[in-house]
Amino acid sequence: MGSYIPSTPAERQEMLSAVGVASFRELYRDVPEEMYRPELDLPEGKSELEVARSLSAMAEKNRVFPTVLRGAGAYDHYIPSIVKYIPAKEEFLTAYTPYQAEMSQGILQSIFEYQTMICRLTGMDVSNASVYDGATAAAEAAAMCRDRKRRVTLISAAAHPDTIQTVKTYCYAAGAELRLIPQKDGRTDLEALAAMLTPEVASVYVQQPNFYGLLEPAQEIGQAVHAAGAMYILGCNPIALAILQTPREAGADIAVGEGQPLGMPLSYGGPYLGFMATTAKYMRKLPGRIVGQTVDAAGERAYVLSLQAREQHIRREKASSNICSNEALCALTAGVYMAAMGPAGMAKAARESMAKAHYLAEKLCALPGVERVHGGAFFHEFVTTLPKTAEVLSALEDAGILGGLPIEGGVLWCATEKVSREALDRAVEIVKEVLS
Amino acid sequence: MNLIFEKSVPGRGTEYLPECDVPEVSLPEGMGRADPPKLPEVSETDLSRHYTELCRRVHGVNSGFYPLGSCTMKYNPRIDEEMAALPGFTGIHPLAPRSATEGCREVLDMAKKLLCEITGMEDMTFQPAAGAHGEFTGVLLIKQYHDARGDKKRCKILVPDSAHGTNPATAAMCGYQIVNIPSGPDGCVDLDALKAVLGEDIAGLMLTNPNTVGIFDKNILEITRLVHGAGGLCYYDGANLNAVMGLARPGDMGFDCVHLNLHKTFATPHGGGGPGAGAVGCKGFLAEYLPKSRLMDGGEGIQVRAFAGNFLVVVKALAYLLTLGREGVPEAAENAVLNANYLLAKLKARYRPAYDRLCMHEFVLDLSELKKETGVTALDVAKTLIDYGIHPPTMYFPLIVHEALMLEPTETESRETLDHAAEVFLKLYDLAHEDPAYMHEAPHHAQIRRPDEVRAARNPILCQPE
Repeated sequence: MGSYIPSTPAERQEMLSAVGVASFRELYRDVPEEMYRPELDLPEGKSELEVARSLSAMAEKNRVFPTVLRGAGAYDHYIPSIVKYIPAKEEFLTAYTPYQAEMSQGILQSIFEYQTMICRLTGMDVSNASVYDGATAAAEAAAMCRDRKRRVTLISAAAHPDTIQTVKTYCYAAGAELRLIPQKDGRTDLEALAAMLTPEVASVYVQQPNFYGLLEPAQEIGQAVHAAGAMYILGCNPIALAILQTPREAGADIAVGEGQPLGMPLSYGGPYLGFMATTAKYMRKLPGRIVGQTVDAAGERAYVLSLQAREQHIRREKASSNICSNEALCALTAGVYMAAMGPAGMAKAARESMAKAHYLAEKLCALPGVERVHGGAFFHEFVTTLPKTAEVLSALEDAGILGGLPIEGGVLWCATEKVSREALDRAVEIVKEVLS
Repeated sequence: MNLIFEKSVPGRGTEYLPECDVPEVSLPEGMGRADPPKLPEVSETDLSRHYTELCRRVHGVNSGFYPLGSCTMKYNPRIDEEMAALPGFTGIHPLAPRSATEGCREVLDMAKKLLCEITGMEDMTFQPAAGAHGEFTGVLLIKQYHDARGDKKRCKILVPDSAHGTNPATAAMCGYQIVNIPSGPDGCVDLDALKAVLGEDIAGLMLTNPNTVGIFDKNILEITRLVHGAGGLCYYDGANLNAVMGLARPGDMGFDCVHLNLHKTFATPHGGGGPGAGAVGCKGFLAEYLPKSRLMDGGEGIQVRAFAGNFLVVVKALAYLLTLGREGVPEAAENAVLNANYLLAKLKARYRPAYDRLCMHEFVLDLSELKKETGVTALDVAKTLIDYGIHPPTMYFPLIVHEALMLEPTETESRETLDHAAEVFLKLYDLAHEDPAYMHEAPHHAQIRRPDEVRAARNPILCQPE
């Protein structure tokens, strides 16, 4: 059995005596006898080697696909080696939330740098230190916008289904209403939106590029939202932002998104990273930790957790959110990724992802029975019809390729810079064989 | 030290990607951003050294003693990290076909089985990403339960006045009014005060046991019985489970649902603020209300984030659980409690405990007398500890104790570490009498002197100007 307790049995006895008790049971004297020390159906403890064997065996039961043509909210981008090593440093890894600034400057500065990078990527003024993921970022943003008069949130039906369901859950919790803006040809239906923008609408959430990979007329939507006096929340893909119109340019009041593409592996869905940024006007409504710059008693630059009057440990039931732990290590990872890639590297990842997706779309759509389901420009995802979907995907899997995701009305494909032309050609060849 | 932006030189950087081998495409007219984002442009050498320098300005539990009360800062085993970094886990797409994710599901199933056994629950979700997120999920189970029964009059949640701030904040997020239950003189729930507020408008109770002052509420069965009698449900906040894991189960105490902080109790690292994992367990009758992923599981249930949760954190917790096993789980709890009592016994030589009795895994000191005598506050003591390489305890919490310092040493500290910490604490008590001015200005040898927090809040600088 493995154990991480340093004290020996002899030391424990001495320590019990020092405390003035004879046994452990005495320490637990307040625990009623009928519930004390239940018989537990747990396995015997194992040595490190045995644990490594067990978990490695489980990992081996999974199948890693060398080529991934599936996205839908989790993207297989290339992660530079250094991005894996820095966050694994033990000090970063094993620190708690930086409550004590005097011994946490490294964490605090890394968060301040992350906040700055998110602001520069989105064009916004203020970023928080992260929330759980892109879906909760959207839900928290919707909560930021609600007040007594405006209780309704509108969300585009072309947003990620998990995001829609998460926002819906947070609205249900708060007793607020969520209304779904219908989609038209895979994009937010502008006419329907116009009719839905009533005075009780607090905010509108649109995803750019949307769940189907399509580019929304983000600026036009923003104008309509603001004309109705509501707030505009834009869900963004951070890689696309290296080249795409920023949420600020599109008129968003709050920019949120899933930060996983910024150096986090797929990891069966987590840990990922929710980023959230807003304009100076809404700074004090932003939930979560925020790091600020100040000076110390000697006049030197220093960093602290700031604007804490918003938070649960001060305001309790009047707090802007209950969030406490966030995804700090993922924010650190994203910071390292953005600094490693730089503006040119990120733009390259964005352009190549887009180019490869278009190449794949073109080749696939040359096959019989395969065509794009929606018109309009897309970034690195697109939906096609696909005859014999199950057969095609299974043939691709046999060749080590994770094909597109079957969704209602077609298959949602994705390509990133990580996939070579050769791999794309091979995938298309396999699809062709199955279809012929 | 300089910011990464101050080390940036235009045109500098490392090439990580090959040249594009397919035809380039452009964004539609008017869809591009006006200017490239002003991200750092640094060499990999500079990047590596920058973060190494930052890393030296961080204190983790693997660097030194970290008795931060209520946070269970136990040692984070390296093997857990190694297992979570296996490509067979990190390389799995959440929407990969079931045939390709058997191992991931085995991890989740096994972790669920073990943790349900430890908590006395019958089902569990790993979707919540942190403790507060687990609280939110747990209270939503209660809300859905009452809603499904058409019981619309239950608009209040009971929270003891010693509770962590996330409890009332969570209940408010779930649309409930908060009723504070006062603690009795022993720091436990005042049964008469509880009876006085129980009624048809109570949806449920949120409680930790042991509570935030480190005492196991011996009336727990009576408390949960009373709440159930009034038609309410009982939610167990797992923040303090480390004291009793393997020795007393929330399910046996009468709780209906529970959240666990895998990043505290089950030794996964806190990463400077996260990621954590807030597993939520429940009794069978609440299982139908557990969250699902729309894309992974389908259906219309509640969902608190995308996909299945912080999966890699669950891998780490499972590695830890398999290591400890049937004997190791209660042994960890017992030694967490022993270490806390041992440290408390030593500190009692000078300091006044808020509750002078045996404690569970943590205890609270009341420094109001010291402050009266010397002017030295709990904050001053905490800040002076930094000069000794000890992370300060939780300060000014719980709110029901004045000048509170809350210490939780955990089971992974040796007797030498506890002896040394006690020596430092006692020395600071004397120093407070001899040279209070020195302590008001502490720390003196840390990364920085005390920061000006008022200035940070009044003139917020939250990102580096371009």
